[in-house]
Amino acid sequence: MTAQATPTPAGVADWSSDEMMTIEAARALRDGTRCFVGIGRPSTAANLARRTHAPNLVLIYESGTIGAKPGRLPLSIGDGVLAETADAVVSVPEIFNYWLQPGRIDVGFLGAAQLDRYGNINTTVIGDDYADPKVRLPGAGGAPEIAASCREVIVIVQHSRRAFVDRVDFVTSVGYGSGAGDRERLGLTGRGPVRVITDLGVLEPDPDTDELILTRVHPGVEPEQVRAATGWHLAFAPDLATTAPPTAEELAALRDLR
Amino acid sequence: MGVITSLADAIAELVHDGDTVALEGFTHLIPVAAGHEIIRQGRRDLTLVRMTPDIVYDQLIGAGCARKLIFSWAGNPGVGSLHRFRDAVQHGWPTPLEIEEHSHAGMANRYVAGAAGLPFAVLRGYRGTDLVAQTPTIAPITCPFTGEVLTAVPALTPDVGIVHAQRADRAGNVQLWGITGVQKETVLASRRSLVTVEEIVDELEPRPGAVVLPSWTVTRIAEVPGGAHPSYAMGYSERDNDYYQAWDTISRDRAAFTAWLGEHVLGRSVEEAS
Repeated sequence: MTAQATPTPAGVADWSSDEMMTIEAARALRDGTRCFVGIGRPSTAANLARRTHAPNLVLIYESGTIGAKPGRLPLSIGDGVLAETADAVVSVPEIFNYWLQPGRIDVGFLGAAQLDRYGNINTTVIGDDYADPKVRLPGAGGAPEIAASCREVIVIVQHSRRAFVDRVDFVTSVGYGSGAGDRERLGLTGRGPVRVITDLGVLEPDPDTDELILTRVHPGVEPEQVRAATGWHLAFAPDLATTAPPTAEELAALRDLR
Repeated sequence: MGVITSLADAIAELVHDGDTVALEGFTHLIPVAAGHEIIRQGRRDLTLVRMTPDIVYDQLIGAGCARKLIFSWAGNPGVGSLHRFRDAVQHGWPTPLEIEEHSHAGMANRYVAGAAGLPFAVLRGYRGTDLVAQTPTIAPITCPFTGEVLTAVPALTPDVGIVHAQRADRAGNVQLWGITGVQKETVLASRRSLVTVEEIVDELEPRPGAVVLPSWTVTRIAEVPGGAHPSYAMGYSERDNDYYQAWDTISRDRAAFTAWLGEHVLGRSVEEAS
């Protein structure tokens, strides 16, 4: 799972499910990948990856900083440390038009308030009525085009029935729409969400239907527990596996980052 | 021409009730002091435009200056939600707020079209999202050469564009660097513009990668050191992350917000505030 030569597994009691989620997300980033990073957990995971197995990861933030190498975790996507350490700083129209839109970026790393069985993301409103929402969320930001144009997308979300719903109240960013073939029909160039990493396990699209299914549980988590925290009848992959626990090195690097 | 004036005079001259006003600055160089002066002068019925309405727009909305918001991400970056914005959308407090919602790519391209003097911009975006049904300023367009269906968004041409920059010279030429967001596009797309600067200098030393706005592209310039606080100006100040955290508590409650507004904005002049 990691590039560590001699991984030292930490005991289950030594880490939190939140740390497991961030570490598993970091592992998903291969060295040298060009990664469009959202703030919050995606940024923490991407910075952790850069400090562990992926020193050549290219971090791209929507503020226009390409190849940022922050020594500490930025609080926002536009912290000064990102501009100071970047290979290039470009304008916002340029980051979206020249860099994201043509498919130059390998991985888009997103969070979600709500996510459905086809990996569609809602960050706009909770409730059926857009004009009179139960909860007004921040909105789209860069996510719709990140979800459309990155070669692949990784989503990090805390697992709950509130977040994992059968259908999102509002499609802010398209995953697989209403199923296989929808992305092609819509002309979306990237592959879509290839992995959803939560504090309980990992979901991946079924190869035939593109419905998200459980492919891995984190150590100490039962598959039924994940199903109970999901708002649709979550299918289990035939080869359902268990995530490797965090190594002592990964945990140390993560805690040092925070 | 970029005439140098006080912030109070610049706002009084440029910003009128009912105007469409864009304050831009992508995390960096946010013209917060200018926003506070708009509140202080009691402007009403503004259509506020901004990609990332954050704290300063939460304050403008809570103070009752806005009728409509055109935006792509309304949150407190790295912290959470904007409670004044939420209260306005969900409960109409202090006044109802109409919204026109886009993605960042769409908003950036709308400014580009405005700066370029074109009626609309084209991008590969929004397809399959529910934004298309809610936002009338998103429309499909077919490429006349390839037949590909793309998305068109209309140009943004605000009455007033306001940005903050590191410095200007006495002739009114403006220089900014670091994360420069959509500031150049905003100034060029707007009918009138105001740039607040950290300092006015005799001569602008050339800086690699800096954006320069020649004096004749800017209407008014005001020297407001610290005018981007709690955001920052690279080379002059650091982002005040604690303020963003503290705002979450202040802004949750109408009474706490109103007290804060009285103490920190309405009860202070520009000089005292900065």
